[in-house]
Amino acid sequence: MRCHAAPDIPGRPMPTATEDFVRGIWKENPTFVQMLGMCPTMAITNTVKNAVAMGVLTLIVQFGSNVFVSMFRKRIPNEVRISTYILIIATFVQIVDIGAEAIMPDMHKALGAFIPLIVANCLLLGRQEAFAAVNTVWRSGLDGIGMGLGFTLGLSTVGTVREILGSGSWFGIRVMPAGFEPWAIMNMPPGGFLGFGLVLLALAWWKDRAARRAAVRSALGRPAATTALEEVTV
Amino acid sequence: MKHHLFILLSAALVNNFTLVMFLGLCSFFGVTKKVATAVRLGIADTFVLVITSISATILNKWVLTETPYLRVIAFIVVIASMVQITEMVIKKYSPKLFRELGIYLPLITTNCAILALALFQTNRGYGFLEGLTFSIGAGAGLTLALTLMASLRERLELADVPAVARGAAIALIIASALSMAFMGFAGLLTNP
Repeated sequence: MRCHAAPDIPGRPMPTATEDFVRGIWKENPTFVQMLGMCPTMAITNTVKNAVAMGVLTLIVQFGSNVFVSMFRKRIPNEVRISTYILIIATFVQIVDIGAEAIMPDMHKALGAFIPLIVANCLLLGRQEAFAAVNTVWRSGLDGIGMGLGFTLGLSTVGTVREILGSGSWFGIRVMPAGFEPWAIMNMPPGGFLGFGLVLLALAWWKDRAARRAAVRSALGRPAATTALEEVTV
Repeated sequence: MKHHLFILLSAALVNNFTLVMFLGLCSFFGVTKKVATAVRLGIADTFVLVITSISATILNKWVLTETPYLRVIAFIVVIASMVQITEMVIKKYSPKLFRELGIYLPLITTNCAILALALFQTNRGYGFLEGLTFSIGAGAGLTLALTLMASLRERLELADVPAVARGAAIALIIASALSMAFMGFAGLLTNP
């Protein structure tokens, strides 16, 4: 739960393009594993639609600023690098803000102050510092798209939990039976914390169950299969 | 006077920046293990908020009149430099606090509460004094939320939490309860 991503482990073979791309979606998912950019994760996930829109906007900024930082990585002086990254991010955020206002004014209104606040999303700065500043443009671009997609996945998962419980619908389509009494609290501020808490609880439970099963399997003498989530903990 | 009291209480309690508006959550979950550190971070945050509010007023009045689309960029640069100044001041006068806050001190820059304050102040058209009141209220609210969360988590150290919920999950569920408590302030004020 801190705002800097782990650097690549030295001595490992060069990751392939697929690895660069997939890393952000699952293994180092910004929401579930790195827990970065928590503010939008809780503030605008009351519906899946908002969550996806926010995820896509963040993806664009992450991709654009990753490519830019990577392009100028040899020219940016070390002493002022953080301020330079922030300036590059802020420029892309401004572009996205104006673009969103023109293309989808309703959504722009719903997301409100959280679009300019993408600047302060520590996921972006974390990726520039940990990845884009030391890698090629191609790899940084892939990493940016992967992280953006991972963030979108995280947001929409929390959004799914909150919208189904809070309004009985998913992406605006009613999914719960007519007799379902919506949990009003899920649409209100406490629901943001609770929804994300429930998602993390479910993930921890799943990880725990997988670990227990592996233990039973190895006790029985069968080879243990590792799931993707177990790899995350390693 | 009544107007200023309204702004102050609204920012501190009714629309608490952390628990109701979801701003500055990284440090809210990161630095709330010990009450003493949480209070000090709250004070450092408040200091940066007040300076940011003053700078934002100046920028809005004299610099950004013709170029409102440069607002986010201008604000973030000012905030980054203000945080740098705060960092140097704290390093000089309290090296112990400097070590305790660690990475979260430079990260005040990416604390969205600070940028949000500057943006809200602009959107609501607050003047110099109103902005000052707003920033003090927001800072007090942040400090209050950080302190409450830290005291709860200190108590939680002694509680018997199920293994799966330990760590982030239980912290979020506690924050949810705290946020629910703050919803009780909703009817406290009516716009005069």
